[in-house]
Amino acid sequence: MRVWRAVVLIALLALAALFPVLFPNPAVDTVAVLTLLFASAVTAWNAFSGYSGYISIGHAAYFGIGSYAVAIMCQDWHVPGGWLPFLLLPLAGLIAVVFAIPMGWVALRTRRHTFVIVTIAMFFIMQLMAFNLRSVTNGSRGMSLPIPVNWGGAFYDIPFYYVGLAVLLLALTVSWWIRNSKYGLGLLAIRDDEDRARGLGVRTGPFKLTAFVIAAFFFGMVGGLHAYYVESIFPPFAFDPLIDLMVALMAFLGGLGTLAGPVLGAVILVPAQQYFTIWFGKPGYYLMIYGAMFLAIILLLPQGIIPALRARFMRSEALAGPLRRGGDEAMGGAALAGDGEGEGGGGV
Amino acid sequence: MQLIVDAIITGVLSGGIYVLMALGLTLIFGVMDIINVGQGALVILGAYLSYLLQQHFHIGLFVGLLITMPVMFALGVGLEVAFVRPIRWERTTLSILVTFAIALLIQGALSLGFSTNLVQMHAWYVDSSLKIGSFYLAWVYIFDFILSVVLVAGLYLLLNRTKFGAGLRASMQNRTAAELVGIDVERISAITFGIGVALAAAGGMAYGATSAFNPNSQYDLISRLLVIIILGGMGSLRGAVVAGLAMLVIEDVTSVVWSPVWASTVFYMLLVVVLVFRPQGLFGQLAGRRQ
Repeated sequence: MRVWRAVVLIALLALAALFPVLFPNPAVDTVAVLTLLFASAVTAWNAFSGYSGYISIGHAAYFGIGSYAVAIMCQDWHVPGGWLPFLLLPLAGLIAVVFAIPMGWVALRTRRHTFVIVTIAMFFIMQLMAFNLRSVTNGSRGMSLPIPVNWGGAFYDIPFYYVGLAVLLLALTVSWWIRNSKYGLGLLAIRDDEDRARGLGVRTGPFKLTAFVIAAFFFGMVGGLHAYYVESIFPPFAFDPLIDLMVALMAFLGGLGTLAGPVLGAVILVPAQQYFTIWFGKPGYYLMIYGAMFLAIILLLPQGIIPALRARFMRSEALAGPLRRGGDEAMGGAALAGDGEGEGGGGV
Repeated sequence: MQLIVDAIITGVLSGGIYVLMALGLTLIFGVMDIINVGQGALVILGAYLSYLLQQHFHIGLFVGLLITMPVMFALGVGLEVAFVRPIRWERTTLSILVTFAIALLIQGALSLGFSTNLVQMHAWYVDSSLKIGSFYLAWVYIFDFILSVVLVAGLYLLLNRTKFGAGLRASMQNRTAAELVGIDVERISAITFGIGVALAAAGGMAYGATSAFNPNSQYDLISRLLVIIILGGMGSLRGAVVAGLAMLVIEDVTSVVWSPVWASTVFYMLLVVVLVFRPQGLFGQLAGRRQ
């Protein structure tokens, strides 16, 4: 079992590393870059919302902050297009962190429902700021980023692909570490019963805030990378409420609180989204298609792919006899199963 | 000084519109424990329906409510039964995703049907004003405010003087206990969703009569509505009324004394301050352990 897992992991890594070589088509690579960006964001989002149960629908604010951070730094420091702007990404993440600490502190004073809404409200506040602080953000006229002149044609996507892959691997490592640390256990305890966790000595406040800020860091980096990739940013697209919804939907589709689920969700949904956007160019149509897609996923597959598969897998193992092993730990351990899995297991 | 008084008057009058929409939202939250982020889109849908009736069937805006409100009520009940009721797991988050999906569907359909050009409604009470001292006020603000008062009073009577209202309030206080004493909470949920959406229809007509709108206005609306219900306290009807009026008064006063650009920012800042000292909002209950 363990061998198989290693083989699958290595194969996936090799596939990810060689993807641009195997599929040199720029259109495919563009989708791949966007998939990596979203996969990183969803993984980081899941490390906060999936583990702690505090669902944030406002982390796109940090995506926007990261976008503007990179744009403004490039502009003020006259950074030329090329590899250099990539070095600004960690800085963009840190700037997002600077915003996330006070905002998270205020938002995390509230619980579940109110928290969700407070994050949405904060997101809209930041969007409003991007429109209104014209001296900093250039208002609705947007900003442009340096264009890497040397990366013409098919090569353009390649640097973004590998930087995106690096960010994703970092996000996965952090998520994996959180999941397997005492800290992550504290987050899961908060998800299950915050008051009891507090009673047992989990310092809930700093725990939640740290995870919130870690997620914001990755959103900042991803936002910066996305801004550099698309070369120009505008308030409604840098601060896009759809990003948050897509992120949450991807996490739910793959499996909330699992390690691989978010990546799986992104791998399925980003290409689907791109496909629909291209085929139904008229804004009205693709909004309706998105809406229908959301509804279909939520109503037909409520617990997520990974928990559903795991429940099925466990059932077949149980039928096979006493050969019970930790197979269900394939991607992150049995304890991280969402509430949904508990139901699935109960049905056996 | 005169300007500030004028701003307060307009603020209170147009605040009534937001109170209507926010009441629908907070009522749905209180009974069903879900957040209807589609409320903004439903408001815009209501505005377009009124516009459609006026343009094609020459039915006055206020009279048209007699048609749009029942239609939107039915739509709300349908949405609840079809999309919200099937959610059994992670209700809070999934309900947000589902209602957002509904919002996207509505926004998409409206963009296709009406294009994204701004729409402005016209009627004699929109285009002519009443002179109070040195200050002109369009009649529609006064009519809208009367409409809000009538509907809020009607809602108050419905909630406090009828058997249905008693059941609804019981479901708000404790869903499980309400079920145990024989209240059909599912039915009440569906009707509540319908009422919330019907209030969105009325709010939409009132909103459309006072400002230009297009399908994308839903984002602006929903962010304001969410802030109103957090500030008032989630699920608190009184809170929604107070916060809705406060929001518009503060906005109008800010745009007079400072700048229209920063009008909503000041209100948002107020929200942050309130949350620091009173996380449950003005009239909310502290969200602690629920047994």
